[in-house]
Amino acid sequence: MSAPETFMEQRTALAAKAEVRQLDFYYGDFRALKSISMPVYERHVTALIGPSGCGKSTFLRCFNRMHDLYPGNRYSGEIVLQPDNADLLARGVDPIEVRMRVGMVFQKPNPFPKSVFENVAYGLRVRGEGSRRRIEEKVEQALNDAALWDEVKDRLHQPAYNLSGGQQQRLCIARALATDPELLLFDEPTSALDPIATSSIEELIHDLKQRITILIVTHNMQQAARVSDFTAYMYLGELIEYGVTDELFIKPAKKQTEDYITGRFG
Amino acid sequence: MGASDHASKQYDVDLDSIRSRVLQMGGLVESQIRRALEGLGSGDCAALDEIIANDHKVNAMEVALDGDCSQVIVKRQPAANDLRMILAITKTVTDLERMGDEAQKIARMAKSIHERGGAHAAPVELGHASELAISMLRRALDAFARLDCASAAAVIRDDAGIDAEFRSILRQLITYMMEDPRTISTALEIVWIAKAIERIGDHAKNMAEQVIYIVKGTDVRHTQKLDL
Repeated sequence: MSAPETFMEQRTALAAKAEVRQLDFYYGDFRALKSISMPVYERHVTALIGPSGCGKSTFLRCFNRMHDLYPGNRYSGEIVLQPDNADLLARGVDPIEVRMRVGMVFQKPNPFPKSVFENVAYGLRVRGEGSRRRIEEKVEQALNDAALWDEVKDRLHQPAYNLSGGQQQRLCIARALATDPELLLFDEPTSALDPIATSSIEELIHDLKQRITILIVTHNMQQAARVSDFTAYMYLGELIEYGVTDELFIKPAKKQTEDYITGRFG
Repeated sequence: MGASDHASKQYDVDLDSIRSRVLQMGGLVESQIRRALEGLGSGDCAALDEIIANDHKVNAMEVALDGDCSQVIVKRQPAANDLRMILAITKTVTDLERMGDEAQKIARMAKSIHERGGAHAAPVELGHASELAISMLRRALDAFARLDCASAAAVIRDDAGIDAEFRSILRQLITYMMEDPRTISTALEIVWIAKAIERIGDHAKNMAEQVIYIVKGTDVRHTQKLDL
């Protein structure tokens, strides 16, 4: 993949947070990802687009070792996370450690059947944080960062299921933020939300990228165009095109990409 | 690249319809220009009146096409080549509408010259510039229909020829006006006609630039570069 040079010229401080190198992924014998290499730039949003079954969610889940939960899955290649130059996929790397650094938000809001407070505190407790005061501070901060604090501060100890869909999704983002992740993965985070809730999540992504690196899978091309700085188009497990979002949606380099984003696909 | 093969057939139908109506509008404008220039030669005032009256048809097509482009944007959120096509069309119909206005202007001036009996007409040659302008418009439309960058580039290069013709016509007219002041009012009307022809060339050039934008995604407006 050629480096997005024009963008690089505009933003001198562009550094890779993660570098994907020759990544293959197998579900048993099925090769779901085929030799993917691309950077994920720090404090920028990278969108993954492509038709259903192209491997974008599979790719996303490699970043927090989600596939480890099922037997028979196999990675090859590397995902090197900076600044410590650590390969997330290397044997001996603890997936729980990886998930502390790489948070994830799913398609449907999936709060735990606990209170609002306990949902956000969960990751901190897993990490072994014992101080009640520290946990309270962190929960408030995470809820603030997820633009939810003002709406829930008076009902922190009510069940999370009492919140609206959009609020539940922001709660899941707060839960992911509580452990101070360096990279945040979003798997179609707004596909179950109404347009207003979608806008608030998009707004939040825009704010979060000031300090966190974000990778987002979306079926909504306009969303990819709105929220991301870089876009990767995948098809049948391959990375077809990777580029600066502003260019890719107006003048994609590959005909395959053009056919997909203009709705000529299939 | 055509509008074909979208997963949504209705999208194809909408884009095809817009494209073919741009060409239809172009055909109407071309005929308006040609007839206005013929009327200038023949002095057929009835034909000139008809051209002046027909301009509203060109205007109506511009409004309708802009409306349809807005509908495509709001319903389909076009991207990539579809987006470039729609953006280019909204600009192209503006150019075509302005050319229509120039045709109407030529018809008005021609009528005014002939109503005065064509007296004291300065015998300058407008034929070459006229043919060049009409040819540029026709070839710009053709390049749009076929998405042909090479012929679009040729249209852009031809604009310099019309500009040179205009300057030459102006020099001749100045000479006549200095020699015989009675030619001044007619000569001034001919200046306006020559200017209208020159503007038609400019608009054809703009249309050709849009063809290159559709095909290559490169904006060649206000640049000297045409490295195709």
